Amino acid sequence: MNPQESAAAPEVAVAEDPIKVQNARVLALLHQLFGEATFTDVEEPYGLLTVTTTRERIHDIIAGLQQDQEIKFHFLTTMCGINYPENEGKELGMIYHLHSLTQNIRLRIKIFFPIADPVVPTLTDLYATANWMEREAYDFFGVIFTGHPNLIRILNVEDMDYFPMRREYPLEDGTREDKTDLFFGR
Amino acid sequence: MPLLNDFSQELTTLNLGPTHPATHGIFQNILQMDGERIVSGVPTIGYIHRAFEKIAERRPFYQITPLTDRMNYCSSPINNMGWHMTVEKLLGVTVPKRAQYMRVIMMELARIADHLICNSILGVDTGAFTGFLYVFQEREKIYEIYEEVCGSRLTTNMGRVGGMERDFSPVALQKLRDWLKTFPAVMKEFESMFNRNRIFMDRVVNVGPISAEKALNYGFTGPNLRAAGVDYDVRAMNPYSSYEDFEFDIPVGTNGDTYDRFIVRNEEIWQSLRIIKQALENLPEGPYHADAPHYYLPAKQEVYKNMEALIYHFKIIMGEIDAPVGEVYHSVEGGNGELGFYLISDGGRTPYRLHFRRPCFIYYQAYPEMAVGTTLSDAIVILSSMNVIAGELDA
Repeated sequence: MNPQESAAAPEVAVAEDPIKVQNARVLALLHQLFGEATFTDVEEPYGLLTVTTTRERIHDIIAGLQQDQEIKFHFLTTMCGINYPENEGKELGMIYHLHSLTQNIRLRIKIFFPIADPVVPTLTDLYATANWMEREAYDFFGVIFTGHPNLIRILNVEDMDYFPMRREYPLEDGTREDKTDLFFGR
Repeated sequence: MPLLNDFSQELTTLNLGPTHPATHGIFQNILQMDGERIVSGVPTIGYIHRAFEKIAERRPFYQITPLTDRMNYCSSPINNMGWHMTVEKLLGVTVPKRAQYMRVIMMELARIADHLICNSILGVDTGAFTGFLYVFQEREKIYEIYEEVCGSRLTTNMGRVGGMERDFSPVALQKLRDWLKTFPAVMKEFESMFNRNRIFMDRVVNVGPISAEKALNYGFTGPNLRAAGVDYDVRAMNPYSSYEDFEFDIPVGTNGDTYDRFIVRNEEIWQSLRIIKQALENLPEGPYHADAPHYYLPAKQEVYKNMEALIYHFKIIMGEIDAPVGEVYHSVEGGNGELGFYLISDGGRTPYRLHFRRPCFIYYQAYPEMAVGTTLSDAIVILSSMNVIAGELDA
């Protein structure tokens, strides 16, 4: 914002939290570009705008945000998988963090999908950096990215037949009896 | 009659690594060589994958600090404090100014140590051992300062959630001041040995260049991105720990080649020195940790004689104090770029999910593209200038 603009802005806007103003602006843009119905669960945890969408739209949305001349989300900060076993039909999720370097806006987009059908479109055609991030998500959570050029395990051994970061695999062997966790935390 | 096996037409497969000294860590590059020229490269990682993200799901927040130490082991204080700041953001703990300045000093020291090692090893990879000897001594002095501040050297486990573990001792401050006096001369000598050295420049100028667009597309951050000409620095764009109080420049390169990466790192060392000097001059008086007994681990001497401290110590260590529900993304400027911590808390004693954005993991993908078409000796230099650290690559 240049000095003239800030001087001309009404006093109410000055009192408001600049992060909230910015988030409202980004959200308005998202609604304008992709429609209001596309986004659910709009939150701002610790100042970072977070929206949830569907896997059918995720590729369009991120492509649109990358190509949008006003906001230019050129930087895919990170993406990671997550597993909520108790959410029926939406057990697995992918979380994308985008960053617009020109305007310094961060955005978090989430999608959730069933563990029985963990298929998500790849972002490798948009960001070269998505390649290994997606391989990592496949390796840990078994998310299958359609269109990925080389979707094989990256950190674990290739002949592993399960996905270790899913919640169904606790860190320690649940059948062990020589070590009890009864008195430890939750 | 043509030869049955025409060796001049055959490609050689060369396994560079996983334990080759020139790979600077345990990862493999399967290179297809046409004579001395690289035709294609496939990087394989995962040799020291220790499943930190999984382990973190069973550990109270304090006990995750030693895991972060072992990611980028050349600059572990940055990792520690980045993690502590993430937890503080989640818990809503405000850290006093003095602790923030102390953190800045330690983080910038760590950045200097990281860049020194990277640049001097780049010198070794081009055949110059002397510079490495010069600056390794300086890293040793930085480690001595760490030792005075926290008691350990490499995996520092420095600081606590809510501030620093203890105040800077007079000895630590003295060592820091002495080092600030002697180091610039060594750094100047190091720079004069390399910056305009004909042999060195022949080996690194226009080697492994990457354009700004491509670097951004590959998710480069830190010196590697800035060498390509993008002035993205987390310290300036999203200041944390009072970085907004300090004056420093963001050095940028133009070509994004190996030489620019080297120069950008050298320049950053000078900028870090500037920050340390400012922080040391303006070091505020006051407490070195937040007044948050629920989260800040009490001093060990207190634990022995003070009942309340004992209870809090026990509760914090056993993770009986629950964290609020929430999700935080916090990033710091690590030695190699944006080091991000994405923490999802479900209100329990451990993170529900913790994801590390490790800069090495993200930009190492670009290595084959940068190395293809060059020779093997260039490939080594490119790898070295990218500062790939296996601990951060595999997490």
